[in-house]
Amino acid sequence: MTAELGQIALILALCLTIAQAVFGLVGAARGWDNWMAVVRPATVGQAGFVVLAFLLLASAFLANDFSVQYVAMNSNSQLPTLYRVAAVWGAHEGSMLLWATILALWSCAVALLSRSLPLAFASRVLAVLGIISAGILLFILLTSNPFIRLVPAPFDGNDLNPLLQDPALAMHPPILYTGYVGFAVAFAFACAAMIEGRLDQAWARWTRPWTTVAWLFLTIGITLGSWWAYYELGWGGWWMWDPVENASFMPWLAGTALIHSLAVTEKRGLFRSWTLLLALFAFSLSLLGTFLVRSGIIVSVHAFASDPLRGVFILGLLALFILGALTLYAWRAGQLRSSAGFELWSRESFLLFNNILLVIAASLILLGTLYPLLLALMKLGTISVGPPYFQLVFLIPVIPLVTLLIVGMHAAWKRARLAPVKRRLVSIALAGVIAAVLLSLTFGGRPRTLVFVGLALAVAAMLSALSVPFDHLRRRVTIPRGVLGMSVAHFGVGLFTLGATVASAYQVERDVSLGMGQSANVAGYDFRLTDLRSVEGPNYAAREADVVITDAGGRVVTVLHPQKRVYRVQQQPMTEAGINVSWRRDLFVALGEDLGNGVWSLRLQYKPLIRYLWLGSLCMALGGLIAATDRRYRIALARERVDTDTVAERA
Amino acid sequence: MTPRRKRLTAVILVLAGVSVAAVLALRAFRDSVVLYYTPTELVAGKANGKRAVRLGGMVTKGSIVRQPGSLALKFEVTDFVRTVTVHYSGVLPDLFREGQGVVVHGSLKNGEFMADEVLAKHDEKYMPPNMAGKMPPPPGA
Repeated sequence: MTAELGQIALILALCLTIAQAVFGLVGAARGWDNWMAVVRPATVGQAGFVVLAFLLLASAFLANDFSVQYVAMNSNSQLPTLYRVAAVWGAHEGSMLLWATILALWSCAVALLSRSLPLAFASRVLAVLGIISAGILLFILLTSNPFIRLVPAPFDGNDLNPLLQDPALAMHPPILYTGYVGFAVAFAFACAAMIEGRLDQAWARWTRPWTTVAWLFLTIGITLGSWWAYYELGWGGWWMWDPVENASFMPWLAGTALIHSLAVTEKRGLFRSWTLLLALFAFSLSLLGTFLVRSGIIVSVHAFASDPLRGVFILGLLALFILGALTLYAWRAGQLRSSAGFELWSRESFLLFNNILLVIAASLILLGTLYPLLLALMKLGTISVGPPYFQLVFLIPVIPLVTLLIVGMHAAWKRARLAPVKRRLVSIALAGVIAAVLLSLTFGGRPRTLVFVGLALAVAAMLSALSVPFDHLRRRVTIPRGVLGMSVAHFGVGLFTLGATVASAYQVERDVSLGMGQSANVAGYDFRLTDLRSVEGPNYAAREADVVITDAGGRVVTVLHPQKRVYRVQQQPMTEAGINVSWRRDLFVALGEDLGNGVWSLRLQYKPLIRYLWLGSLCMALGGLIAATDRRYRIALARERVDTDTVAERA
Repeated sequence: MTPRRKRLTAVILVLAGVSVAAVLALRAFRDSVVLYYTPTELVAGKANGKRAVRLGGMVTKGSIVRQPGSLALKFEVTDFVRTVTVHYSGVLPDLFREGQGVVVHGSLKNGEFMADEVLAKHDEKYMPPNMAGKMPPPPGA
């Protein structure tokens, strides 16, 4: 019964989203309060039904109901309970349902927390969210229904892809989608403002916390994905510039530009039409990312062609949402132009350049990601664009971006007044250069300009970010959360740059073949293979090695236990790397394969400071969290509530 | 400076930055585009340059030959029309198996392919591009 109930719940949710959209738009346009009053209950109702459908699918997984095709394809009676829950979003149909569920939860949150907004505006925001929900639910029901029955039901399921049987990857999709889909709220706020033809600083203040929260989830999601790729794909890379990764990174870049541009719009009322455009871009790129990953077009253009309905449907939705929003923009943006001016070395300028650089980075990555797909679709040959392109087009904007960040944090709004902070900036720059010299000497090797620049910028960014709260302390003024959040996030940028630069420049990687008792040396550490044995997991069998690592002084650092697993159902081999973590470096061992005669191939790696790049990303997310909880948003909400109440009394 | 000249300076700075970025990006783009060939195309001499290319096809059953005591090995990649011998040294990805699709990166030397990278495709249903439809269905499918 669960599958049928799930199906019915989705259909009811679809009906309610249509009500949400129609009553919201028409009610707000005509000023009919009784129509607008329907919007909030409809939103909460549809969210309830979508969540119900999601829970029903999860219960089918927990009950091992293999008569449901999706469950049979992605689960197994031997699968541990945690991964049975994660298997709900382990493949296409369930991922789309997760997408819809998260959108429903965001819509529900907007419905419940928007009581302070003018009723017409809130109705329009919810109506736009309703249109998006309706599109996605229609897509699920028509092309990707997870509730289809399988007759006859198989005795056992096909198991979850072994790559996905991992705690970090179990959490990765929900967190990533919370970020992706969260930009739908900023998109809806932008569309509502354009329909109304009114965009003031209050609008930016409403939009900002929502956007920041979405952005911080996206940041954590991408970080988890990178961390997972590092240890679970088995080969120690943390970013491959794979189209799937780019699909999540492009909305992040646009979202980062958006939160910076919103700051200017809120504080100074500037960049209005640009902020709107960025809100549209951020969500459009999220949708594009969903399309790229979910249509199968990346794995192979033929996978796209073999199930054209799905791909064409998402492409249609994409076109509808993006073209619809851009048409609205073309029609309305002219009325929203801002008039105030600012000087060249003011904070506005720095944020303007930040936006330009982020948008350039996003566009160049978009070009590199889509170009091979376009060529393949037009049958002009099969090519791939390699990591060197992405590395370069990412570095070109990022070096000036971090430089601007170091200075821009101390620039004043509106006026060019950098003179008072000149001494501080000079000492930060000096400290950065000295630290870069010391770090280069510590890690040794051939000096390289780019590495040196990276190190100096990283340290200077961290110091510059730290100096902001210290300055407040020294002057004995309380630091607003918004400023503290900015400082923490920018410290994270520095930490990330440090980790990424050092890990890329000074890593050592060796493929070796080792017999029992033999050893190999990597970066001064001695890796010795001492034992090999068979171990049994709940749904896999594995060969496990003992690798004893000793440092240059002959002291034992650690014993690592890398595994080569074979999952029973799918008979797929999987590499579980052994990793020793410390604040200075990671030591990484992956088992390759049995070369015969007890000799195995192994990949040994030394990755200095690699932890800092994930730590830095988490700092950025933490900064977002601190900034989003700034009191001024709550005070603003409370004040507006009083205003609307008095208006209501008068009316 | 008058506001007008300031705006002009800003616009010129932005334009200059964008054009430098565009030039660098286009150069990088040209250099990192990797062309993809099937064994037939490769044998026909379509990739006779010094640049690295990708070769995709099936690993011929029983063709993997290891060099004892090292990580070096060779295997054959086929599209069921032509076959190319591939040399590689290093740890192979998990999904590298005889009779399955593979994509290797490297260049042709004296008629044999010197690979510096064997790409892991994390899906056993994966088919190299241009191969789908040309291949016999996998057993049991």
